[in-house]
Amino acid sequence: MSEYRIQQHPILQFSLGRRVKFYFEGEALEGREGEPVAAALHAAGVKVLKYSAERERPRGFFCAIGNCSACLMRVDGRANVRTCLEPLREGMWIERQQGKGDLDA
Amino acid sequence: MIWMRECEVAVVGGGPAGLSAALEASTLGAEVVVLDRDDGPGGQLIKQTHRFFGSRAQHAGVRGIDIPDILTEEATEQGVEMIFGAEVAGYYPDGVLTFKKDQKWCKLRPERVIFCTGASERFLAFPGSDLPGVYGAGAVQTLMNVHGVRPGQRVLMVGAGNIGLIVSYQLLQAGVDVVAIVEAAFDIGGYAVHASKVRRLGVPIMTRHTVTRAHGQQQVEGATLMQLDEDWDPVEGTEQYVDCEAICLAVGLNPLAELMWQAGCSMAWIPQLGGYVPICDEDLQTTVEGVYVAGDASGVEEASSAMMEGRLAGLGCAHSLDRVDSDRYRQRREELLHELAALRSGPTGAKIREGLQKMQQAQPLRQVLVEGSDC
Repeated sequence: MSEYRIQQHPILQFSLGRRVKFYFEGEALEGREGEPVAAALHAAGVKVLKYSAERERPRGFFCAIGNCSACLMRVDGRANVRTCLEPLREGMWIERQQGKGDLDA
Repeated sequence: MIWMRECEVAVVGGGPAGLSAALEASTLGAEVVVLDRDDGPGGQLIKQTHRFFGSRAQHAGVRGIDIPDILTEEATEQGVEMIFGAEVAGYYPDGVLTFKKDQKWCKLRPERVIFCTGASERFLAFPGSDLPGVYGAGAVQTLMNVHGVRPGQRVLMVGAGNIGLIVSYQLLQAGVDVVAIVEAAFDIGGYAVHASKVRRLGVPIMTRHTVTRAHGQQQVEGATLMQLDEDWDPVEGTEQYVDCEAICLAVGLNPLAELMWQAGCSMAWIPQLGGYVPICDEDLQTTVEGVYVAGDASGVEEASSAMMEGRLAGLGCAHSLDRVDSDRYRQRREELLHELAALRSGPTGAKIREGLQKMQQAQPLRQVLVEGSDC
């Protein structure tokens, strides 16, 4: 069980989706269906989501509500997916994006 | 085929301001459509686990997370139509709003529009501030209170305004250690009740201190804190290293005003209200007729005032559509302005009052065209 998942909370109860398997950089991980991809990755201990265009600095999410574009990743071959919003689905193939991302794929 | 339709009032954004605006306008008989990019109502209320202050009109005593349901139920009873997953991307000179829904572009032409687009979190620049593990305070709330995931085991909070204090308390509730709250100003900006709550739980609040560096190669592993002098410069020799996995920035918000720029509203730079805001009258109508604004988009405040502003803008729209007689309009307006004045009273409201005063003095921004330049 992930050390990041909140098990008990004084006010909130979390209705999580079913457990699903997804792939990050080819590695199989488990998350909850419907939660944002970035949340599933964070719960699995993955914080580096992409590398910046010029200086290849690591980037993680910043705003978590689709405003800032720090969490853009390749999801099932699509570049520039805002993973803080994108719902997790069974079997998703997720990769760190390098820079601006390749739009041809 | 492009979907296009008309309506009387379109509300962009279904947070506290938008839902309140929709409710007020629809109760007075206007036909209202709410567009929101999320898959449900509430905007940022969905992560506010604390109980609200204020008066009954502002749902005092109710937790933020419970307010969207209350407002949505009432709005639905009044016939408000809500379209979710609808990201508004443009507002054109012919009064057409364009939004993306299910990967399709749709158009809506309202007679009046109320922009309740909220705000985005400010960033703070320091070496290492771009590392994964530096989050906006709102992002931490979303991750933790909506998705049940902790940002880390040890978190540094930057900013002791209400957001910094409230999110620190929520981190503690989620079982996270808050190593410190640093605040560059002389005083704690948030309410004393929030500050004493976190202090009682052992979190130090360090005023006149800031974060000067985030440490780590791939992600945050620690931070350097320093004291500030009278000129707000770090004092040499006061460096303190703290061990933390995440740095949470609660350093303010900027109004999300893009659509109002597009609409051609005159904007004013008012730092007390969070940056560029549309110049508007007491009904919250901007300088473009039929275009209204409410909530953080009109100046960053609290959700309670956003709800009252939404009501005011909704009332103004309904009045301009002749749905309410002048006496009732004036009476209701007085009530709402009174509620707002109460929220903005006292020392914590001083900044907002200054900002609103600037708003009254603001001159509409004129576009300067350089014609026949001689260079």
